[in-house]
Amino acid sequence: MRSGPGPRRGSLVPLPLLFTAGVVALLVSLAAAMVIGSGDIGFDELARVFGGHIGLDVEPLPRLLDSLVWELRIPRVLMAAVVGAALAISGAVLQSVTRNALAEPYLLGVSHGASTGAVVVVVLAVGGGAVSVSAGALVGALASFGLLLALLGRRGLGSVRVVLTGIVIGLLFHAITYLILMASSDADTTRAIMHWLLGSMAPSRWDSLAVTAAVGAVGLVVLWLYSTALDGFAFGTDTAASLGINVRRTRLVLLVATAVLTSVVVASVGAIAFVGLIVPHGIRFLAGPLHRTLLPLSALAGAIFLVWTDALSRVAFAPREVPVGVFTALVGVPLFLLVLRRRGEL
Amino acid sequence: MRIAAENLGWAANGRTIIRGITVEIGSGQTVGLIGPNGSGKSSLLRCLAGLRAPTAGAVRYNDEDITGWPTRRIAQHLAFVEQASESDSDLRVVDVVSLGRTPFRDRWRGLSPADHAIVDAALDHLDLAGLRDRHWNTLSGGERQRAHIARAFAQRPWAILLDEPTNHLDIRHQFELMDLLAGTGQTVLVALHDLALAARYCDRLILLSEGELVADGPPDEVLTRDRLREVYEIDAEIGQDSLGHLSITYHGVPDIEEAATGAATMSRMDSPSP
Repeated sequence: MRSGPGPRRGSLVPLPLLFTAGVVALLVSLAAAMVIGSGDIGFDELARVFGGHIGLDVEPLPRLLDSLVWELRIPRVLMAAVVGAALAISGAVLQSVTRNALAEPYLLGVSHGASTGAVVVVVLAVGGGAVSVSAGALVGALASFGLLLALLGRRGLGSVRVVLTGIVIGLLFHAITYLILMASSDADTTRAIMHWLLGSMAPSRWDSLAVTAAVGAVGLVVLWLYSTALDGFAFGTDTAASLGINVRRTRLVLLVATAVLTSVVVASVGAIAFVGLIVPHGIRFLAGPLHRTLLPLSALAGAIFLVWTDALSRVAFAPREVPVGVFTALVGVPLFLLVLRRRGEL
Repeated sequence: MRIAAENLGWAANGRTIIRGITVEIGSGQTVGLIGPNGSGKSSLLRCLAGLRAPTAGAVRYNDEDITGWPTRRIAQHLAFVEQASESDSDLRVVDVVSLGRTPFRDRWRGLSPADHAIVDAALDHLDLAGLRDRHWNTLSGGERQRAHIARAFAQRPWAILLDEPTNHLDIRHQFELMDLLAGTGQTVLVALHDLALAARYCDRLILLSEGELVADGPPDEVLTRDRLREVYEIDAEIGQDSLGHLSITYHGVPDIEEAATGAATMSRMDSPSP
């Protein structure tokens, strides 16, 4: 019998260690990111803000500083974590369902569809709450998914053509969004929406955080329950079906779940590119492709990644803020090209 | 366990692929499914494996019509190995074989100790224990095919259906693979291109032509000179080699033979499937 060039383990680092390290790194990152940025805030002040708001007897900060930290900074950092996690698991799931290493909500045009839906709700003032904007985004996301599947017809989802079609659909929805924006809103609203369209954590508040975090948590659990099915898709639909996976229904559940996750994210912070590409590829390299570990680890890593990218976006050109999507794209584009090259399509 | 097709027909996009096929496969048999390219072998296998819904007739497992069975229930009875099933995913051999436990798994839990034992047994059975932690992209074609078959064994099915598993394998690996399949007492239905290989390893052959069943029986009864000429349009001599195995000597395509004179030994059957 042939024995290979040295057996490789499933994961480069033992999994329990990886999980523990991930959780610790996330907590440290959250605390660190909360003290980075405008305002002279240290860990001591941060502790006093937290203490004050959960009713501990601590010396309060000046009102302005307190509300800066409590109303803006803390929800923003937490939002970055939730959004990073949601985008990372969406990417991991889409890559498995489509058997396409380049699949990701932004590249498939889903984020753009969600943007259009959200803008329609905001501009037409159907009600600007976090829930209604998310609902509008979901309609847009499902519309773009539907368009993608309709354009691809019965042909497979594995090729570069899928991403090409997704990008074209993204451009279409992008154009529609701007058209709606220019036609029907005033200059101030337009400026605010433009910033959000580029993907920015700045508008994060507790109410939108609550919606996003709740949907994100449910989404992670639902998708995690499909881990085995996601593994089964590795060899195509016939093999998946022969393993007892109801391919049509499973695909529907998974695509709708990723659309929901993408929608709440876009409704809260706009379309952020490439997180869903960068993070799962990194985790697969570290811990292997099995979804039972890939999904939770991607969630952790996505959270950490976006918390730091957002911190960078706050301080890089302070006091001006760079939309965080700019930085994720700067990291993501080279990776995209690398994946394309490895597939021999560049 | 019996798997039966009853007057089975399947059409896609208005084109009939197979029609009127009635066969039954009983326990422990190694049955070969043969026929020229496009004769409907893959479609018949897929209908029997519950992957395509028949457009006429029925598929029965132990006399029970499987129409409307959940995919999971079918997978608890029957395993299917596709022709060259590839993946970009960098799964390890043990992960691929563990996929065979999918139809029995609980969503909330990982593999049970019993599952692990079954997976280990399947790895041993296919002589893959040493490759357990190897990654998919480092395996040869033969190793990948063996991993898929181990995955099928890990499903602990009543029967394993395989679609041309020896394609893309060199001759030694073809023999090794057939030794593994035929030597276990597992019920196997295997589509094959190589008639000599089919004759040597199968208890019984089912011959399809243009979507219909042409012959069904022991290899020496199914493989006759006239039938090869009729179904494969090939001139061949059927005999026995020195070890007593059925041997086939191909003389070529009849009309080319006449035109070219001499022993053209080319064979249409070696051309790859479309």
